[in-house]
Amino acid sequence: MRVERWTRTSKVFTGGSAVVAFALASVPLIFDSDVVQKLTNLLILVILATMWNALAGYGGLVSVGQQAFIGIGAYGTVYLAGMGVSPYVAMLLAMVLAGVLSVPISLFALRLRAAQFAIGMWVIAEVASLLVRLDKNLGAGTGISLIQMNQFEPNFRQAYTFWMALGFTVLFLTALFFLLRSPLGASLQAIRDDEDAARSLGVRVASRKRLLFVLAGFGCGAAGVLVVANTLFIEPGSVFSVQWSAYMIFMVLVGGLGTFEGPILGAILLFAIQTTFTQGGPWYLVGLGATAALFALVLPRGLWGVIEGRLGLHLLPVGYRVVGSKQKAELGA
Amino acid sequence: MTLLKVEELDCRYGLLQAVRGVSFEVAQGEIVALIGANGAGKTTLLRAIAGAHRPHAGKVTFDGEDVTRAPAHRRVARGIALVPEGRRLFPTLTVEENLLVAAAANRRGRWNVKAVLDTFPLLQARRNMPAATLSGGEQQAVAIGRALMSNPRLLLLDEVSLGLAPVVVDAVYKSLATVISEGATVVLVEQDLTRALRVAGRVICLLEGRVVLEGEAQSLDRDRVVDAYFGLRSPAAGGASH
Amino acid sequence: MTLLNAIVQGIFLGAFYAVLACGLSIMFGVMRIINLAHGDIAVLGAYLAFVVVEHTGASAYVAFAAALPVMLALGYILQITILERSLKAGLLTPLLATFGLSIVIQNLLLIAFSPDVRSLGPAAGALTSASWHVTSELSFSALGMVVLAVAVVVFGALQLFLSRTRAGWAMRATAEDADAAELVGIDSRSVYARATAIAVAIAALGGLFLAIRSVFDPISGPTQLIFAFEAVVIGGMGSLWGTLLGGIALGLAQTLGAEIQPQFAVLAGHLLFLAVLIARFGGGRLSLRVAR
Repeated sequence: MRVERWTRTSKVFTGGSAVVAFALASVPLIFDSDVVQKLTNLLILVILATMWNALAGYGGLVSVGQQAFIGIGAYGTVYLAGMGVSPYVAMLLAMVLAGVLSVPISLFALRLRAAQFAIGMWVIAEVASLLVRLDKNLGAGTGISLIQMNQFEPNFRQAYTFWMALGFTVLFLTALFFLLRSPLGASLQAIRDDEDAARSLGVRVASRKRLLFVLAGFGCGAAGVLVVANTLFIEPGSVFSVQWSAYMIFMVLVGGLGTFEGPILGAILLFAIQTTFTQGGPWYLVGLGATAALFALVLPRGLWGVIEGRLGLHLLPVGYRVVGSKQKAELGA
Repeated sequence: MTLLKVEELDCRYGLLQAVRGVSFEVAQGEIVALIGANGAGKTTLLRAIAGAHRPHAGKVTFDGEDVTRAPAHRRVARGIALVPEGRRLFPTLTVEENLLVAAAANRRGRWNVKAVLDTFPLLQARRNMPAATLSGGEQQAVAIGRALMSNPRLLLLDEVSLGLAPVVVDAVYKSLATVISEGATVVLVEQDLTRALRVAGRVICLLEGRVVLEGEAQSLDRDRVVDAYFGLRSPAAGGASH
Repeated sequence: MTLLNAIVQGIFLGAFYAVLACGLSIMFGVMRIINLAHGDIAVLGAYLAFVVVEHTGASAYVAFAAALPVMLALGYILQITILERSLKAGLLTPLLATFGLSIVIQNLLLIAFSPDVRSLGPAAGALTSASWHVTSELSFSALGMVVLAVAVVVFGALQLFLSRTRAGWAMRATAEDADAAELVGIDSRSVYARATAIAVAIAALGGLFLAIRSVFDPISGPTQLIFAFEAVVIGGMGSLWGTLLGGIALGLAQTLGAEIQPQFAVLAGHLLFLAVLIARFGGGRLSLRVAR
């Protein structure tokens, strides 16, 4: 009897993912900038879904306020670029800023229970939004452009932005992947299954959650950076909007809460829906909301959770398998 | 006549099986003691009879009616009342409010607030005090009175002596004697073997969710009961002790 | 004097927030559910009243009375379709499901009514504009006083319901120990349905007040939810009178913040909320306390 981490499927798939990542890098060289911009949006969704799942699926933290970090990333970029920092460097720094700010926020936010945490984070996003609105230098309520990007020729700009997005996506997916495979990951599973039991076994629940929270701070900050890089114009009403949380919740619930692959599936789905229903407006949002609620009530494991259950398919080796005993028990992920 | 019939009851908590294939009957007017070590499944069994726990398999029949799927409040209306383990009074409601709120089922009978306070005179002074301020013994009295308010035909008592001083337990059982003497049907879970054997007409012993011993309290050898309780097999006897 | 006026206006505003928050507090106290669609339900109530006013020319109050039964029916449907299921599922489910519902309600309203802002001020008669000018800087608006009076009456009535009636005791019993409540014959399902009905009705009343004192549009819901939630938290979760006081505290924070700088109003409220959370570290009693 052995305990295994890799199966043939997961080896194939992980190898395949690396190939896909390389293939994606050539996108700007093949497609024109419209398509590149759209695919950048897809990558933004993947990052957001992954991060929200890291919080809720692995940490049990339902946040309706991650848009706070999206906004910090976006406005941080504009602010730093305005101070003369080269745009792409400003972007990296803004992401770091969002991540760093998440630390003091976590000291207070993580003491809150379920609903208070959810809405507390929302209020923090609203506070950030209001503070930006008070600042004329940041464009106040009417918004501001990242004019420093004009120094780049549009096609190059789109390509650089896409590669940055790809880089961030690979970075955060890999970070989460290794987190889950590490002993830390096992303790995260334990927290997800039964927090009190995990605590009684000595799992440092608070610091684990903080780690996820800060990771999500970096990740959502990165997404915000990409939003301003991709659209060049931001305003507090949209970049700090709770709509982002709606998207994140939809992607993760439909894709599969608490699975690694689920959020990616959810992001692809949302992207497909958004591209198809560009004229949809409110109707498509009704559909999103209803679907998210339906999944929460009826299909909590999401699409990927069902696929995993039915086919016993784990594409990425984040769990453990006990092999060779009379009963093959599948554990984890 | 048979008032309660439990058939092949199987109760689980997730994957943990607490009650395995338990069957027994209780006739009207009987006093049955359910004994067994901690974790033997006694509380789960009582809760399944009362409707607070959905069994995985099996059947509960009360007065000829299949109540297996009926929610707890419906069973109270039919005449089953459980005094839960740990009393479980409503802390901010007064004694009187605790009693009155349990009369929701509107069953006829001789039990009302006055009757309960007459049976448990120690509660008279505490009538309008929040239940959380009462002592353990007083709370137990209220808990029993609260179950009586629905004028039950079957009274289930889960560990009424738990956490109480022996003197207080004596008082509680003395008050229970009044109820019993009026012909109530009672199934009680009791850790104190001596008391259980003294009060009950019949004894059922559970071990790890199964019935391991059943018989008339008078005729049961105490050693046999203790063996069954702990799951011991006496090596001298040829074969199983149950 | 302007400070005194700010305080008076703050109390009036706070009473409005308290009415908005009342239903949220009840649902949390009895069912431990925070209904993220609460604000949208209030706005829905305002729209229903608006529809009646548009089609019949009736006053806002008559329209509200007509809209109320519809709201109660919707509340019942909400209870049996979403809330009941959420109760049995995990801790995250009620938040997620009601969030989805919130999106649905907002966008259905957007489809039905367009994004234009509306108001029921014109249909509310003299109440909307009447006020008593004590001095040039201090005035008591009729609407403000009515809302304050209604808030006190509503909270008082709820208090009486919970402390003096069987149904009220049953509700408190279910809130304190649902399992034991079932065991003494209380049908917890119908207690929850009753709590939802009360919450939805009072939310609709909040929506009416919102519509009279200012304007509303399909996406006004989330703002009202945040204010309602802040009021509940400031006053202490699970405490009924606390919600009234919390609402007033929030109203005061906003009007006093506006004294410093007009745009600072809402931010001041948020800061008070966050300060209370920091001071309390996520605490708050879980029982539906009734002041004795």
